[in-house]
Amino acid sequence: MSLLDIENLSLSIGDTPILHDVSLTVGAGEIVGIVGESGSGKSMTALAAMQLLPEGSSTTGSISFQNQQVQGADDALMQDLRGDDMAMIFQEPMTALNPVQTIGDQVAEGMILHEGLSKADAEARAKTLLERVGLPSNRYPLSRYPHELSGGQRQRVMIAMACAQSPDLLIADEPTTALDVTLQAQILRLLRDLVAEQGMGLILISHDLAVVAEMTDQLVVMRHGRVVEAGPTGKTLKALAHPYTAQLAAASSHIPKRTKPPVLTSEQTVNPLVQVKNVSRHYSQRRQSFFHKSPPVKAVNDVSFDLFPAQSMGLVGESGCGKSTLARLVLALDAPTAGDIHLDGESLLTTPPAQMPALRRKMQIVFQDPFASFNPRHTMERAVAEPLYLEPNLSKADRRDRVVAALKEVGLTASALTKYPHEFSGGQRQRLAIARALITRPQLIVADEPVSALDVSIRAQVMDLFTHLRERLGLTYLFISHDLGVVRAMCDEVLVMDGGKIVERGPVDDIFDNPQSEAAQRLVEATPDLERALALRNDAA
Amino acid sequence: MSFLRTALKNRSFTIGFAITALVVAMAAISFVWTPYGVDDQRVMEVGLQKPSLTYWLGTDNLGRDLLSRIMVGARNSIAVALVAVIIGVGLGVPLGCWAASRGGLVDEALMRGNDVVFAFPALLSAVMITATFGPGAINAIIAIGIFNIPVFARLSRGAALALWKREFIMAARAAGKSAPRITVEHIIPNMSNLLIVQATIAFALGIIQEAGLAYVGLGTQPPFPSWGKMLNEAQTMMAFAPHLAIVPGLAIVITVLGLNLLGDGLRDVLDPKLANRRPAEGDA
Amino acid sequence: MLSFVLRNFTWAMLTFITRKLAWAIATLLVASLFIFAALEIIPGDPAEVMLGINATDEAVEALRKNLGLDLPVHERYWAWISGLLVGDLGTSYTYAVPVSELVSERIVVSLPLAFLALLLSTLVALPVGLYAAAKRGGVMDTTIMALTQFGIAIPNFWFALLLVYVFAIWLQLVPSGGFPGWGEGLWPALRALLLPAIALALPQAAILSRVTRSALLETMGEDYIRTARAKGLSRRATLWKHALRNALIPVITIMGLQFAYLLAGTIIIENVFYLPGLGRLVFQAISARDLIVVESVVILLVGTIILINLLVDIAYTLVDPRLRANRA
Repeated sequence: MSLLDIENLSLSIGDTPILHDVSLTVGAGEIVGIVGESGSGKSMTALAAMQLLPEGSSTTGSISFQNQQVQGADDALMQDLRGDDMAMIFQEPMTALNPVQTIGDQVAEGMILHEGLSKADAEARAKTLLERVGLPSNRYPLSRYPHELSGGQRQRVMIAMACAQSPDLLIADEPTTALDVTLQAQILRLLRDLVAEQGMGLILISHDLAVVAEMTDQLVVMRHGRVVEAGPTGKTLKALAHPYTAQLAAASSHIPKRTKPPVLTSEQTVNPLVQVKNVSRHYSQRRQSFFHKSPPVKAVNDVSFDLFPAQSMGLVGESGCGKSTLARLVLALDAPTAGDIHLDGESLLTTPPAQMPALRRKMQIVFQDPFASFNPRHTMERAVAEPLYLEPNLSKADRRDRVVAALKEVGLTASALTKYPHEFSGGQRQRLAIARALITRPQLIVADEPVSALDVSIRAQVMDLFTHLRERLGLTYLFISHDLGVVRAMCDEVLVMDGGKIVERGPVDDIFDNPQSEAAQRLVEATPDLERALALRNDAA
Repeated sequence: MSFLRTALKNRSFTIGFAITALVVAMAAISFVWTPYGVDDQRVMEVGLQKPSLTYWLGTDNLGRDLLSRIMVGARNSIAVALVAVIIGVGLGVPLGCWAASRGGLVDEALMRGNDVVFAFPALLSAVMITATFGPGAINAIIAIGIFNIPVFARLSRGAALALWKREFIMAARAAGKSAPRITVEHIIPNMSNLLIVQATIAFALGIIQEAGLAYVGLGTQPPFPSWGKMLNEAQTMMAFAPHLAIVPGLAIVITVLGLNLLGDGLRDVLDPKLANRRPAEGDA
Repeated sequence: MLSFVLRNFTWAMLTFITRKLAWAIATLLVASLFIFAALEIIPGDPAEVMLGINATDEAVEALRKNLGLDLPVHERYWAWISGLLVGDLGTSYTYAVPVSELVSERIVVSLPLAFLALLLSTLVALPVGLYAAAKRGGVMDTTIMALTQFGIAIPNFWFALLLVYVFAIWLQLVPSGGFPGWGEGLWPALRALLLPAIALALPQAAILSRVTRSALLETMGEDYIRTARAKGLSRRATLWKHALRNALIPVITIMGLQFAYLLAGTIIIENVFYLPGLGRLVFQAISARDLIVVESVVILLVGTIILINLLVDIAYTLVDPRLRANRA
């Protein structure tokens, strides 16, 4: 007898079909992973089980939970089940908690509702629960509000809330996607322990095969609203019988082919392209009280490093470590409060404004979110040509030629010129963003998490493109990422940042195989790794 | 014109657009033709009359045709409200954008300045201006216009602050573009929808405010017909000639309703959330 | 309420409120400068302007002394401001009585009227908005939204005229205007303020119920609402326990803005009902060129608006814990 049984579930919202004949089962105490890229329908499958689908959804098929039919069940039955027998954790911890209620009230609410506990009893239990998820009440009292907690702490509150009634089934929808790798590892460990303690069934939804390989007993692979493969996790991932599963696995541990050695010749290391010398960026804070002046936030604190021509340098660290601030400083989009930065021998601070365009031409940027990278009202010709503002003497025809050349460089044709950003997919937009960065023929490209918003298969293509361009054009990269796998595949050397300082620097393989600093060790340990996860499984044979 | 085709599928927009077009047309026609002379006083021959086939909306106690006066009055309402909106947009939007792009002290000063102006509803400004310079239609324009400035400054500042955090702005900065240039090329075009909707609402509000000021004698002065002044004159004759109060009042209600519906319709049609919606590849 | 305030009191909250209070005082000072400056830029001598061309030289000289025009500008401003603080607004030249006396007689009509209107509009708008949001897309919602669209378009003074026509002239249920004074007892006074308050409240209620509805619908789409539903709360309980307080934040903003409109509306609508409030006083003062009275009434009303905005800011800190935070 299984806990949850979904049979031939089809779903459409309005006229758009979302799911087609999805079937899956979760046994009592079993951990089932659902993986797929965006648009695969994995979240919708979970919401259907909770009967929390958006308005305008129509479904067919059957969903039975503990032998009760929940598909189309009335609100009264579902309200009994939700929070009591089945519970859910959502992706976005920043918005999933009510901002105007204390965490104590929010955790206790379900107990008062489902078990009829008094407020005092519920609060006492909430305290124990929060302690269990790692929020001891002496440091995190029940009277805290969500905004006083970090993302990871909020996700712990979510978990406490979901586990409060020891549900038989817990659904976790990308519970760690919005978090750092180190936090991800902690939250996953917590989930695994709680599920074991309370004998819950768990559906873990993720886009990350490595996470699923570490955590789950059963695996369901979804694509375009259909289940393409299902089976025991270890076996499925070892066999890779289905071509799509194999493709996912290959893409998620993709390493672009390189022809040049990752070690610089001594000739290259004579004149650094970028020289960062004792750079700090402090932000003053608004005063918190009349009596004390608040100390400044040291986003970047006395950082120095050199970057040599044709080098690909990774910059890793937990969120808030200062890596994005450092990138902005290198690009002269923000001024350091101390220290100096030289590009190609010229100071970003003391170069007169008239010479700045010439300097800016040498460095360009690629962002994380391909959707936010372009002005939605400009055509691609105008958008890609934007950096040519730095070369005011070009004729209109020259500008267009440069745009077309840049598009060609990233594998797109001139047909893109007259289109608007929304007419392109995420992967295409990231190519366009790279084209925009290439158009001034820069030497340095700063890439801020350029592949982390992309699905794995597209991510692999964009990584190939970066590597190819670097070798063809001799570009220098400063490559910021929280994903060690990506950095290892793309970079020669890596800088590890922690608390505004660079705590470690070295060739990627050295640092990732043998991290010295505590920050680097934390990152390496927490990074999910498909091969390592599979090697540790005993059902993989 | 494809915009109009999409927009006309929206009911609010269609009704609002039709009403607004009608009022504007009425005002425009009044320049070349009105049923009767707008100031033709025929106390003895015509006198006070209820609406009839000859005088569609009736006449006032001086025998003046109400329809003619409503048509000419529309000119007045539209002109005052429109100029007040132009003042609000013309000063408020640059100020708001400037504050957003500079931040720090400039921003703080502007927001505090906004607070000061917000403490002066159009009526109080009009009281001050009239007490200082004497009555006139221009007072109404200035008073309403002044109050519109912080409305637009606050709106454009908020929108601009959100836009400045977007990555395409960062790309423009990496291209060496200055803040004013980025504001013109990227910021203002991306908040234009918001501004159009707010301008429509401010226009409607301006018509109500102008009528209120004219009603208490702080706005347009007789003999030029204005809807608010007509209501004031009607007050003493309410008991035996209610149409004198009902007709100008309905003119205001219909015009404002039309503009509000137009604004609502535009908001739906131009909704940036809908326009910038990501293609259906996001995991729904 | 008090216990709620005390329970949630923090030092950060005090800092926030103190800062807002300081800004309110600064705003009032700047506003007073504006008002004072307006009088300064009057073309010609204010005393002559006030008395008209037929005034004798002695009368003009007397008024100049009275106005303090023989003193330098900064001294006059200081005299005016320090007078304001102790309630000395100078002497009205038309009424020949202290302005503070005139104003205090009138303010007891205008302010209660504005507050009554705010109370009425809130009492109507919040339930209506809540109901419309709960019945979203239904017949009642559509009807209410259509009605509020009309409500917004109706000028309050015109609505007042219609009310007078229907209730006073046609049905003869209430007197068409005038005010018996608070000395005659609470009920007759309130009765005289009821029609004007209704007229003032209608457009505001229409706006406020639309804002309430859309604020609620917006919060109902938030992630934490889905969290509450996943916890097993019914739609209704979610609305009450989670959506309402979050939706109050924009509603309070609009209520604060509305008060300024209501106060201005009060000034206008007193003319419809022949109420002896600040509005009638100020319009008589304008036609009599009694600038001291005009100046006093305006600074008083501006001060009231600033005070209400301060109260709105404090209300925010009660509703939204994020403003009580250390980062405030």
